[in-house]
Amino acid sequence: MKQTIVQKILARASGLPFVNVGDIVEPKVDVAMSHENAALVMNQFLEIYKGTGLEPKVWNPDNIAVIFDHRVPAESKKTATNQKKIRNFIAEQGVSKFHDIRGDEMGICHQILPQYGYVRPGYVVVGTDSHTTTHGALGAFSFGIGATEMASVWTLGVMLNVPVPPTIKVVVNGTLKKYVQPKDIILYLIGKISAEGANFKVIEFHGETIRNMRTSGRITICNMSVEAGATSGIVPGDEETVKYLREEAGVTDEIPLVNSDKDAEFDKIIEIDASTLEPQIACPHTVDNVKPVGQVAGTKIDQIVIGSCTNGRLDDLETATEIIKGHKVAKGTRMLVFPASGKIYRQAMEKGIFEVLMNAGAVVANPGCGPCLGVHQGALGDGEKALSTTNRNFKGRMGNPDAEVYLSSAAVAAASAITGVITDPTKGGY
Amino acid sequence: MSKVIYKFGDDISTDIIYPGRFMATVLPSETPEFAFADEKELNKLLNSKTVPANSILIGGKNFGCGSSREQACSTLKGHELIIIARNFARIFLQNSINLGLKTIICPDIDADVNDELELTDEKVINKTKGKEFAIIPHTKTQQEIIEAGGLIAYSRKKLMERVLEN
Repeated sequence: MKQTIVQKILARASGLPFVNVGDIVEPKVDVAMSHENAALVMNQFLEIYKGTGLEPKVWNPDNIAVIFDHRVPAESKKTATNQKKIRNFIAEQGVSKFHDIRGDEMGICHQILPQYGYVRPGYVVVGTDSHTTTHGALGAFSFGIGATEMASVWTLGVMLNVPVPPTIKVVVNGTLKKYVQPKDIILYLIGKISAEGANFKVIEFHGETIRNMRTSGRITICNMSVEAGATSGIVPGDEETVKYLREEAGVTDEIPLVNSDKDAEFDKIIEIDASTLEPQIACPHTVDNVKPVGQVAGTKIDQIVIGSCTNGRLDDLETATEIIKGHKVAKGTRMLVFPASGKIYRQAMEKGIFEVLMNAGAVVANPGCGPCLGVHQGALGDGEKALSTTNRNFKGRMGNPDAEVYLSSAAVAAASAITGVITDPTKGGY
Repeated sequence: MSKVIYKFGDDISTDIIYPGRFMATVLPSETPEFAFADEKELNKLLNSKTVPANSILIGGKNFGCGSSREQACSTLKGHELIIIARNFARIFLQNSINLGLKTIICPDIDADVNDELELTDEKVINKTKGKEFAIIPHTKTQQEIIEAGGLIAYSRKKLMERVLEN
């Protein structure tokens, strides 16, 4: 029987020879990730044990990852107290993949999981964060779940009630023009299929553009697959995946790869020509409100944000630096930079990236989710507009329902920081 | 019989249902006051304690899109609301089933504020408009979770079955 990669992963994890699309399975979980919302997971976990007479014990402390990133360092006593409770719980239960607020090991959960080699091709990964789709970039079936579902996973080690999803195959061919980036591919796709176009489905990425893309770009693409409603995005593991895991994550053990069968059945096939693609902008207030940059160029921007689990990686910072070197951030525009992890922060520092960015007028903040979800830093004033490399532009997203968020690549964000208005980086002249 | 108290368009995100800045509040019992905090009139109405249990919100397509935050369900559950939408985003739908927030998938729903609706297992009957709309039932496992009283009770049952097996 011909199967997609996700069918194969779910069959293996559920102990079945094969699974059909639509079957309900109970796969074993390889990595169960939470961030500060582990506070709610803990609460629900203890509820499950209530009245059982059993001592609450997680199924396997080595398969659980907890990473503080949403509000670091804590912005309020409520968050600080939640973080304290989580720390105590983690110590009691012996959870080993814990990343606290420390310069040497902190970062955004969706950077830490790949960077530390916690995710491997063929794994089933769940996270109490909708952008858990990210880890499909390494060939895993990885999806977001709620806190109560995570409490159930902590208890049982399996995900109850997983329908085997149909798969949309997206084939991307052609070479991207200079300063057209992986972010532009995924924004273009979301604009094309809409915010619910892949609801309850998986998007599997193929084609020479994806094959030639580094893992960081694949991460951007899988990260935002959820903005088309996808359960997960996935790039079949290949030589690049192995290279990333060996060189970036220091993985030394065997890395088996899984791929779809050649004639597996797909829900539909979408082809994208990367060579003709222009930089794309997701305009307020939905991620599928996507326009080529030319249509919104000139829009005045009050705040530029470069960072997040979508585009806070070293190559994003390098692109921004290359563009901004020798220029200044426009007067009246703020530029905030949030590297995705402590490791990236240190690498950027060593490469002199911060010197260039700060000389230009950018503010470099500590690794973390930053202003992306409007809970910590970098809130917007009434009537202000932000251009951000993050993944959502919903009303109120950056902490103010009377502000607007535009989404773009790091290249567009950097060029726009110089001019103070939305600017096409491929055109130069800034 | 239940009354529609509010009608939304498509793509109502969890940031609208429960804005991110309240996410440090996690306990289900503490979340209801922040429901639709930025939709001031609706928030005021819900917190006025004048809305009867089982009142209905009508959504369009992709209701609950965005973040996995479970507060978006517990906040609505706290007000004992029923959500009828053309379809739901995946994580929100599963969270609602897990927490016991009643969600109904009704692709052709036509209902306005103050319409009186009767809900059966197969359809939504709009008494005011004199129209009926078929619903898409939840999956068998989802129904089992609902019947068990939510995912906490369902997982507890599974846990105890395992303990007895060993």
